[in-house]
Amino acid sequence: MIGSFQFKNLMKTAFRSILKNRMRSFLTSLGIIIGVAAVIVMVGIGEGAQKQIQDELASLGTDVMMVFPGASRFGGVSRGAGSWSPFTLSEVEKIREKATALRALSPVVRAGGQVIGGGKNWSTSTYGVDPEYFVARNWDVALGEIFSTRDVINRKKVAILGKTVADELYPSGNPIGERIRIRNVPFVVIGVLKPKGQSSMGQDQDDIIIAPTNTVMYRLQGHPRIDFLIASARSSAEVDAAQEQLRNILREMRKLQDEDADNFNIRTQADLVETAAETARMLTLLLASIAGVSLVVGGIGIMNIMLVSVTERTREIGIRLSIGARSVDVLTQFVTEAVVLSLIGGAIGIALSFAAAFFVNRLSSLEMIINPGTVVLVCFVCVGVGVFFGWYPARKAASLNPVEALRYE
Amino acid sequence: MPGIIETKRLTKIYRMGDIELAALRGVDLVIEPGEFVAVMGASGSGKSTLMNLLGCLDEPTSGEYRLDGLDVAALDRDEYADIRNQKIGFVFQGFNLLARTSALENVELPLLYDRARRIDDPLRAARDALERVGLGDRFDHEPNQLSGGEQQRVAIARALVNQPSIVLADEPTGNLDSRTSIEIMEIFQELNGRGITIILVTHEHDIAHYAGRIIEMRDGVIVGDAPVRDRRDAAIDVAALRRSGGEGKAARP
Ligand SMILES: Nc1ncnc2c1ncn2[C@@H]1O[C@H](COP(=O)(O)OP(=O)(O)OP(=O)(O)O)[C@@H](O)[C@H]1O
Ligand SMILES: [Mg+2]
Repeated sequence: MIGSFQFKNLMKTAFRSILKNRMRSFLTSLGIIIGVAAVIVMVGIGEGAQKQIQDELASLGTDVMMVFPGASRFGGVSRGAGSWSPFTLSEVEKIREKATALRALSPVVRAGGQVIGGGKNWSTSTYGVDPEYFVARNWDVALGEIFSTRDVINRKKVAILGKTVADELYPSGNPIGERIRIRNVPFVVIGVLKPKGQSSMGQDQDDIIIAPTNTVMYRLQGHPRIDFLIASARSSAEVDAAQEQLRNILREMRKLQDEDADNFNIRTQADLVETAAETARMLTLLLASIAGVSLVVGGIGIMNIMLVSVTERTREIGIRLSIGARSVDVLTQFVTEAVVLSLIGGAIGIALSFAAAFFVNRLSSLEMIINPGTVVLVCFVCVGVGVFFGWYPARKAASLNPVEALRYE
Repeated sequence: MPGIIETKRLTKIYRMGDIELAALRGVDLVIEPGEFVAVMGASGSGKSTLMNLLGCLDEPTSGEYRLDGLDVAALDRDEYADIRNQKIGFVFQGFNLLARTSALENVELPLLYDRARRIDDPLRAARDALERVGLGDRFDHEPNQLSGGEQQRVAIARALVNQPSIVLADEPTGNLDSRTSIEIMEIFQELNGRGITIILVTHEHDIAHYAGRIIEMRDGVIVGDAPVRDRRDAAIDVAALRRSGGEGKAARP
């Protein structure tokens, strides 16, 4: 029913009315501008976080898994009571013999504490591991070398520094061969790890010292307790099979009956990343809906100003009715105006969010991704907001009596 | 010959709270195609009310109204709008042009709502209409850049653009000086010469004498209805005015 002549005129009328009150129109669209920008920024940051997590998954390899003591209902690292049953070194050896689907397996023993070296002090975590740890985590040294299995058995006091620790203690110079003290126990630095950067949780993965398992157990902790195991499957395709095999071996070794629950719990890297990604998704959704509220507020602003506009333009409406406009023509005109107003706000909001993305990606460690789908969706939402909130004022205009509208002063 | 406008016992009662005001109290009127009718009467006698009913701007309280053979009482709001668009052109005392909108766009306006699409080139139709009222050089002027007479001519062009068979003018010269008024009457006479039926409300006898028939109203009824014997020709009066240097009022017989 609407030809190009009609459409052109509709647009012209809408823009004329909006531009006539520039300041008022701008203030009215402000709600939409803020709402749109907020939604796109929130979704963009959420998607950026998800992507970072996924990248990390790719860099870690999907073949990695961790085995925590205790039933899964306590959570991976929870120190819950009950079925708590730490792994022992002999268990690790037995698993190594039997678990053919595994490429690498290493116990991990954690120790916190102060490190002194190069005349400086630093607080970090020290991990006791077997050489296979580096295989499992696909991690190598940038300088020096990795300790051997013999070093593990001999409880040799050697340490490999993470990039952050190396930079802190020896900002200028090669730390290889230097003597450091971890919790007052002297170690010799034999290597520096390649940097891994931040994890998706924001932890610095390079703030770490790695030493032989037995050294950390007996020289630092003083008791033979393993915190968890880290393993990798032969390939990412075999992760599920490896996980199943590991589980069966552990159940058999620990003589669990069929009705008994596992007293350990195996988490693949994929599980961990999936959990983190899910959390990020939920957070995105939450933030986006909060931002969405401001869109509603913006819509109410449009409704308010459209009501004012209808009153101001009663006479114009009367003129249009007198020359033969039907109610639907007047309705269309005012709804169009509301939609245009909302879309202008949307366009400014989108531009703002692109500017925000530029600065966020430039100046912060966050990553913000604007995907075209979000932008298109937001445009549709703006049209929807315009129609929804423009409808009532437009309806009011369309139902005016022509004679009364013409007499309106 | 059947009337283009026929009313029987047409009434209009305005209700304001519990006060009832009978603006029209039984108007019987027949106007034939091509007539030029002037409606006169004291203020408040119901002239505008009658024009609004004849122009399908408002509904009568009771009575019959046939427009071009069509029973208007049976129509709905949209059909009223279509009649206003297709059959009737309105000219008001206060011009009623859209502000900040060029003359051309004002004249185009009725074509926007022309559902029948009888006119394929709106821009041309609007230009033609403006040229017909002598404003061929004022297309882009906005109302506040035009004199009263020019504004009224834009309004007449707008009333003409959809090629209506009836033009209703409610005190079209009420805001204009007498010379400009006669120029406007010249346009109406010219339109009437082409067969358009014209009904015009005026308070001034000399304006009414450009019409062919004068209807007198009082208290919502028609009290007088007579042809004009000494009908004047606006073209001649305008020419005479030009000769006398455009000063003062038209020479009276
Ligand atoms: N919308 C309305 N509501 C109430 N009363 C009205 C309305 N319109 C007109 N009237 C009343 O109806 C009567 C006729 O009004 P109308 O406007 O038709 O007079 P008129 O002959 O056009 O007068 P004028 O020469 O002053 O224009 C008047 O008494 C007026 O007060
Ligand atoms: Mg009147």
